[in-house]
Amino acid sequence: MRQKALVHLVRQDCGSCHGMTLKGGLGPALLPETLRDKPAEGLTATVYYGRPGTPMPPWKAFMSEAEAAWIVDKLMTQFPE
Amino acid sequence: MRLLLSLVFALLLNACAGPQLRGTGDLGLIIERASGHVTLVNTTARQPYARIGGLGDLSHASAVYSRDGRYAFIFGRDGGLTKIDLLEAKIVKRIIQSGNAIGGSISQDGRIVVAQNYTPGGIKAFDADTLELLSEVPAEFAPGQFSKVVGLADTGGNRFAYALFDGGEIRVTNFSDPRKPTTQKFPAGSQPYDGLVTPDGRYFLAGLFGEDGVALLDLWQPKTGARKILENYGRGQEKLPVFKMPHLRGWSVAQGKAYLPAIGRHEVLVVDVATWKEVGRIPVRGQPVFVMARPDGRQIWVNFAFPDNAKVDVIDTLAGQVVHRMEPGKGILHMEFAPRGEHVWLSARDDNKVLIYNTENFAKLGEIPAESPSGIFFTSRATRIGF
Repeated sequence: MRQKALVHLVRQDCGSCHGMTLKGGLGPALLPETLRDKPAEGLTATVYYGRPGTPMPPWKAFMSEAEAAWIVDKLMTQFPE
Repeated sequence: MRLLLSLVFALLLNACAGPQLRGTGDLGLIIERASGHVTLVNTTARQPYARIGGLGDLSHASAVYSRDGRYAFIFGRDGGLTKIDLLEAKIVKRIIQSGNAIGGSISQDGRIVVAQNYTPGGIKAFDADTLELLSEVPAEFAPGQFSKVVGLADTGGNRFAYALFDGGEIRVTNFSDPRKPTTQKFPAGSQPYDGLVTPDGRYFLAGLFGEDGVALLDLWQPKTGARKILENYGRGQEKLPVFKMPHLRGWSVAQGKAYLPAIGRHEVLVVDVATWKEVGRIPVRGQPVFVMARPDGRQIWVNFAFPDNAKVDVIDTLAGQVVHRMEPGKGILHMEFAPRGEHVWLSARDDNKVLIYNTENFAKLGEIPAESPSGIFFTSRATRIGF
């Protein structure tokens, strides 16, 4: 149930900048091939704490760090529809 | 034999009746972002009359209209550009014009449709009749570096103004000769996120994300260059996180003032359009996304970024404050006024419907089912500069 809510959050709300299909928009693409060379811990920190100096906001008010890590793991393999 | 004859008569009668006539001024469309559909609607009947599929990835899709209101040009996120005939309720032509697009615009004479692209960064001009590519203008801001384009809007004389998110510039491209466009460039500020042309076509405003302020260019005297207004409106205070970029368009101008979303602040900024000085701030219940004036300018309707996207605030421009607060549905993504503003349509993405409200007494008038609805576009946009 919670995972379903996280998938909805990523596709719809992260999708505002990264695209609903995660192919990128004002923000970069979040596809396995674009994330492959990046360390998962760093990506999790970006989701959780945001990235100052860029439009990427922190999402920590809406998820735990473990949930951010779950999202990154799914993004790097195959993100559910 | 008699039965056969009466059948033939019935068929003939049907043929005589012909298709139902519609006036384009009544029509509009709703983008259904998740499934690549648009629903065609009648704004007098407040009912859908057709649904068309096969438009690709419509997340963040937008539409512009031919001057007669008959054809809609829909710009999809996947670079799809689809021309729809609202009277025949069918796709006339569809092309994939880029890898990643963010909307478009149509020229003053209605003959050129221009798409703005993230990848590859730049704009492309198409013949509005055939969707044949006429020319393209890459958004190269440093050798080999191409910017995402935002805020594209039509102005007089088949010129288009837009901004470069990565390049920090405002550009004006003139398509008087559509195969040989010319472009002027103006430094604007850090990370312009969207732009608007005022309803008279004179000024282009680019909202800045990377700094507090808005870049302003007088399109009647572009030589004076872009200058900054609303500078330092945050006054060094820490910004609230922005979970969705605001959208700008000429609908923000009402009663001699522009009502603009603050970035990282739960406020609408009010600017006098004669002096371009800040004349007020109106607290609202979230990060504003759309700040839209009712056509008469008496009200400003505001929706919000996640996590406040169930809320809508209504500002009365005479009182200068919010006079009505509502939570009409889940995921309110967009709003569109009836041509003269007596009702407003709100798309409730997560409720899978479009809600229709009376703007005078805020009573709900009805709803239309739609799958993950986002943008709502009525043909009244066809006659407006900067849409």
